[in-house]
Amino acid sequence: MENNTNDTGGMGYLDKTANGRGILAWILSTDHKRIGLLYAIVMFSFFAVAVSIGFTMRLALIEPGHKILSAQTYDALFTIHGVIMIFIFIIPSIPAFLGNFFLPILIGAKDVAFPRLNLLSWYVFVIGAVLAMVSLFTGGGPIDTGWTFYVPYSIQTGTNVTLAAFSVFLIGFSSMLTGINFITTIHRYRAPGMKWFRMPLFAWSLYATGWVQILATPVIAITLLLIIAGRVFGIYLFDPASGGDPLLYQHLFWMYSHPAVYIMILPAMGVVTEIIPTFSKKPIFGYTAIAMSSLAIAFFGSLVWGHHMFTSGMSQTAKWLFSLLTFIVAVPSGVKVFNWVASLYGGSIELEPPLLFTFAFIFLFSIGGFTGLMQGALAVDVQVHDTYFVVGHLHYVMFGGTAFALFAGIHYWFPKMFGKMYNKNVAKLALLVMFIGFNTLYFPMFVLGWEGMPRRSYDYLPQFHTGQLISIIGSWILVPGLIIMFANLIYALFKGPKAPANPWGGVTLEWKIPSPPPRENFREIPVITERPYIFNTGAGNE
Amino acid sequence: MNEPFPHLRDQVYDGTGVKLGMWLFLFSEIMFFGMLFLLYAVYRTRHDAAFHAAALNMDTAIGTLNTAVLLTSSLFMALSVHAIRDGRKRLTEIFLSITIVLGISFLVIKSFEWLAHFQHGLYPGSPVLLRLGKGEIMFFGLYYVMTGLHGIHVFIGVAVLSVMLVLIHTGKIDKTRFAALENAGLYWHLVDIIWIFLFPLFYLIK
Repeated sequence: MENNTNDTGGMGYLDKTANGRGILAWILSTDHKRIGLLYAIVMFSFFAVAVSIGFTMRLALIEPGHKILSAQTYDALFTIHGVIMIFIFIIPSIPAFLGNFFLPILIGAKDVAFPRLNLLSWYVFVIGAVLAMVSLFTGGGPIDTGWTFYVPYSIQTGTNVTLAAFSVFLIGFSSMLTGINFITTIHRYRAPGMKWFRMPLFAWSLYATGWVQILATPVIAITLLLIIAGRVFGIYLFDPASGGDPLLYQHLFWMYSHPAVYIMILPAMGVVTEIIPTFSKKPIFGYTAIAMSSLAIAFFGSLVWGHHMFTSGMSQTAKWLFSLLTFIVAVPSGVKVFNWVASLYGGSIELEPPLLFTFAFIFLFSIGGFTGLMQGALAVDVQVHDTYFVVGHLHYVMFGGTAFALFAGIHYWFPKMFGKMYNKNVAKLALLVMFIGFNTLYFPMFVLGWEGMPRRSYDYLPQFHTGQLISIIGSWILVPGLIIMFANLIYALFKGPKAPANPWGGVTLEWKIPSPPPRENFREIPVITERPYIFNTGAGNE
Repeated sequence: MNEPFPHLRDQVYDGTGVKLGMWLFLFSEIMFFGMLFLLYAVYRTRHDAAFHAAALNMDTAIGTLNTAVLLTSSLFMALSVHAIRDGRKRLTEIFLSITIVLGISFLVIKSFEWLAHFQHGLYPGSPVLLRLGKGEIMFFGLYYVMTGLHGIHVFIGVAVLSVMLVLIHTGKIDKTRFAALENAGLYWHLVDIIWIFLFPLFYLIK
């Protein structure tokens, strides 16, 4: 195989003279790398907004009885925070940004299967995100239903649910198109010799995610359209007064929204699976088990939606069945965690920032996963349902899991994407601050929830004051951590020293091309002769 | 943008990949309509007698006519794909035009049917409908949502097929690269199949 590692002269896909100047060269580009970065820009802008909202909400709870925000304002804020974080940040985060950028490179392709469709997906996503913002200032103003849009309230409220639901419909459509694109790419555009079981595991996780995106997203699409039909045309299929059943809404909503959790977490698992072999200089332990566990999670994860509805009213049989299936999902998730840890065993570990972020991910995701199992148990769920326990759990999984894996992936691939290196010590400091802040912010929520603090409440009883206060202090640590991390990366983008093509000694395909990658990724499509993650130990590590 | 993805020029035209993408999209369409069929199943189980009573308002003759129109259009769609494979451009265009005309006919017949319902006062939230039972309200709610969304799909299908007609005429689609036409055909057949399920569920349950 040809080795281009010394060829770091050009600016690759970022080169202005070869690819055109100005914003049009970006927003009309069908290059998967540029589209990935376009997603990143939109995503992180909205992320900053949603973090500010979350921070404000937290601060407003500084003392019981002092209602700093009105109930209506608080309802609107947690709804917007949820809608932005779930639909505009977490769901597209890893697949649309890192997936777009690295999937074709990892499987030795020049682009995704449908480059123009890829660009269209971005436009649909942006239009959806913009409409979500427009919905805040038009109609009845910001929605106050929570990100779940539960009926009957979502039909009755005077706020602008119609436009907000439509914007989520569009964002979902974009996510589904991305799924179609990735699955076709993986089926059709793998490099010669790259058999299914020679694919890097990030590609496997995106493959499993793609199926969930294709099969689950239409369910939320129709559910949201039915809300719109109810509000606009008066065809309200979930109204008990006209023979409907609001519980069916919850079933349909979670039939998408639980699998959506796996749209969020599977790619995150894929990212850390790429990182661990590189920094322990050792093949991944249990390649096949990890690949298959992605598919198993996608499959079983689609059958567990009922565990969001244990207290909504279901037959006893349905309850224990959903509970059992929930516990079964933990098995493939456990398989992954054990394999990651086993891959580190006996490796020559380099404690670089991406690996440290990965450790944070494994720690936080494990807490999130275990507290999820607690809620999967029927008796416990009745106790903690709709309390801060759930809020703590979902933040450990979504933020501690997906977002930390996203940050790990960014620190891992930053030198590849931009050909620049960030300050590693500042990155480590940022991680430390974020890790402390994160646990101070969210761990007290488990305790508060266990003691009965209800979620989505703008005020609380005095006995929860200590826990709330600790949590608020945590948010004041976490946010500076985020600022340090992003400042470090943005500084490196402009002023960072040049990074070599393979700063970490990785062996997957992206490390065999220059940094930043050339427009067409590969001058010559590589021929694959072995499994990924084969290190010639001792050699090639500088 | 005068050169869309020039780096892909050396990749051969991948008709199989294009069709794979379409099949994946069709899977999502099946889930989309599948949820409506799920709602129909639940509500019909709960309001069995009322659904039968409400179906008496349906005109089976018009429903049958529309089924025939859509099935015939699917036949001509399949014939046009067959014709392009043989490289018979003129014939492809004729078959495709017939498909489009039949698709429009379906929509016209459907809108007359809806108008007739409206004239009988059977529209969502109408006083006539509200006097009827819960089951009847659900039946017509599902009827309007399902045939409405199906109608939108037929409309999109007609638009797509018209684009195909232009592409065939300008030679962008020919016997060497016709996966786009095949995809349009797959979509058209799916829309047809969904109607084949809608027809008995609303018209033949009296």
